[in-house]
Amino acid sequence: MKEKGWKDIPWGGLILEEGNAEEYKTGSWRTHRPVWDEKKCTHCLLCWVYCPDSSIIVKEEKFKQFDYDHCKGCGICSTQCPTKAIHMEEEGKFVIKTEGGK
Amino acid sequence: MGRIVGLTGDEATAEAMRQINPDVVAAYPITPQTETVQRFSEFVAEGIVATEMVRVESEHSAMSACVGAAAAGARAMTATSANGLALMWEICYIAASYRLPVIMAVVNRALSGPINIHCDHSDSMGTRDAGWIQIYSENCQEAYDNLIQAVRIAEEEKVRLPVMVTFDGFIISHAMERVEILEDDEVSQFIGKYKNAYSLLDVDSPVTYGPLDLYDYYFEHKRQQIEAIEISPEVIQKIGREFKDLSGRYYDLMGSCHLEGAELVIVAAGSTAGTVESVVDELREKGEKVGLLKIRIFRPFPAKQIAEALRGVRAVAVLDRSVSFGAQGGPIFLEIRSALFDEIKPPAVVNYIYGLGGRDIGVDEIERVYKNLERIAHTKKVDELVGYLGLRE
Ligand code: SF4
Ligand code: SF4
Repeated sequence: MKEKGWKDIPWGGLILEEGNAEEYKTGSWRTHRPVWDEKKCTHCLLCWVYCPDSSIIVKEEKFKQFDYDHCKGCGICSTQCPTKAIHMEEEGKFVIKTEGGK
Repeated sequence: MGRIVGLTGDEATAEAMRQINPDVVAAYPITPQTETVQRFSEFVAEGIVATEMVRVESEHSAMSACVGAAAAGARAMTATSANGLALMWEICYIAASYRLPVIMAVVNRALSGPINIHCDHSDSMGTRDAGWIQIYSENCQEAYDNLIQAVRIAEEEKVRLPVMVTFDGFIISHAMERVEILEDDEVSQFIGKYKNAYSLLDVDSPVTYGPLDLYDYYFEHKRQQIEAIEISPEVIQKIGREFKDLSGRYYDLMGSCHLEGAELVIVAAGSTAGTVESVVDELREKGEKVGLLKIRIFRPFPAKQIAEALRGVRAVAVLDRSVSFGAQGGPIFLEIRSALFDEIKPPAVVNYIYGLGGRDIGVDEIERVYKNLERIAHTKKVDELVGYLGLRE
C-alpha cells in the first residue's frame, strides 16, 4: 500500500471506515506459529474461545484453520487445547508471506 | 445593544459561558479560577443554561471529559489555572491532536513551587507548544470578548483547534470593572451551532478517534496541525471584524497598540499592558516618543505583523511574566527577537522578567524601562540582555 501525504488523510488520525483493523496484518509479529494436528483434535473449540486475535477459523462448528495473517503467535491456543492438538513451532522455519500493514 | 455592568474577570467569563450555553462543561475548581466555575454552576443549578455540567475529580479528568464530549459532537468548555492546567497537560496535547475545538479560560497563576496562588504566565506559557491557539486578555472586557470569539475560531472548519483565553489571576479575575455585555441572542447568533463532521455518536457514519499512529502517519498528522494553526490568523481576523460589527470593539492579532511615531517600545501581555498604556499616555503628553505593543494572539505568533509594526523603532523592551529556565530570555522575548532577525535595521531588543508569583509592577518601574530604552537607543549598547523588574538583589 502506498502511503498518502498529509493533505490526503483525515485530520487527527481519524479512521472513517468501520472494521478496517482487519486490513492491518499482524501476522508478521509472530515469532512462533501454532501448528494443528488434525488427528488429535476433538473440535471442542476451546482454542476458538481463548484466541485473543480471532485467529481460529471455524467452519460448520469444526476447527478449520488458523488465520496466519492475524495470529500473533501468543500460544494461548496450544496451552488451552485439552488434547494437545496444537503445538508451537519457530516461525523462522516457515516462509514469511506477509508484512504488517504493507 | 447590550448592557453595561460591573463584573470581575471571573464573573465576566461565567457570563460569556452562560451566553455561549455550551453542551458540556467539565471543570474542577482552583484559585483564582474558582468563581468562574462556581458562578456557572449556579446557572446550571437554576436551569438558566442547558449545559451538562460534569463535576470531575481532577483537571486531568476535566480535559478528558471535554475531549470525549467534543469528539461526540458537543460544544465543550472548561476553565482552570496554574497546577490545574499542568495536570491537564497530557490531554491538552490530545485535544489539539484530535482537532477538537475545546474552549478553555485560563486564569493565569504561578505554577508551584513553592506554592503561590497569584498571577504570572508560567501556566499558559508552559502549554505554548501544545497546539492550542492562545489569546491573552488585558482586562475583564477582553476576557469576555475573547471567549466569545474563541468559540468561532476553534470551530471554524479549516482551523478546528482548541483555544485558550487567558487573563491575569486576581488582578483581573477578582477586580471589578465596567464590562459591556451583549444580548443573549446576539451571542447565540454570532457563535451559531457547532457541527462536528466526525461525531462519535453518529452511528450512520462511524468514526474512530485516537488509534495508534506510528512512524508511518504521525508526522503527517503533525504537519496537518501546523497547517491548521498557520491558517488561523486570517480566521481570527475575519471573526474579529465580525465581532466589531456586532459590538463595536475591534480585535486584531496584536492587541491595541500605541505605535504612531514611537521610537522606544514596550511589548507586554495581560493586565500589565494596561499599566504600560497609562505610562505611554503620560510620557507622550510630555512629548516623549514612547509606545506600546500589546500581545493578544501568542499562538500562532504573528511574527510578520509584529516585525512590520516595530519597523522604524529604535529600542524595544519585552516584558515577560514567566521564565523559560535556561533559555535566552522569556518566551515572548524569544519570539520577538526572532521575528526581528530578518529586518534590515532591527531595533535593539532587551528583555525584562517581572511579576513572578504576583509581584506587583508599578508605573515607576515602567518609566525606568523607558529610561533604559532611551539610553540603549542613544548609546546603541545593550549591557544586560535579560533584566528583572521589581526583584530584590
Ligand atoms: S482446543 Fe484443541 S481440540 Fe479443541 S478445537 Fe482447538 S485444536 Fe481442537
Ligand atoms: S497462537 Fe494465539 S493468536 Fe495465534 S491462534 Fe493461537 S491463540 Fe490465536
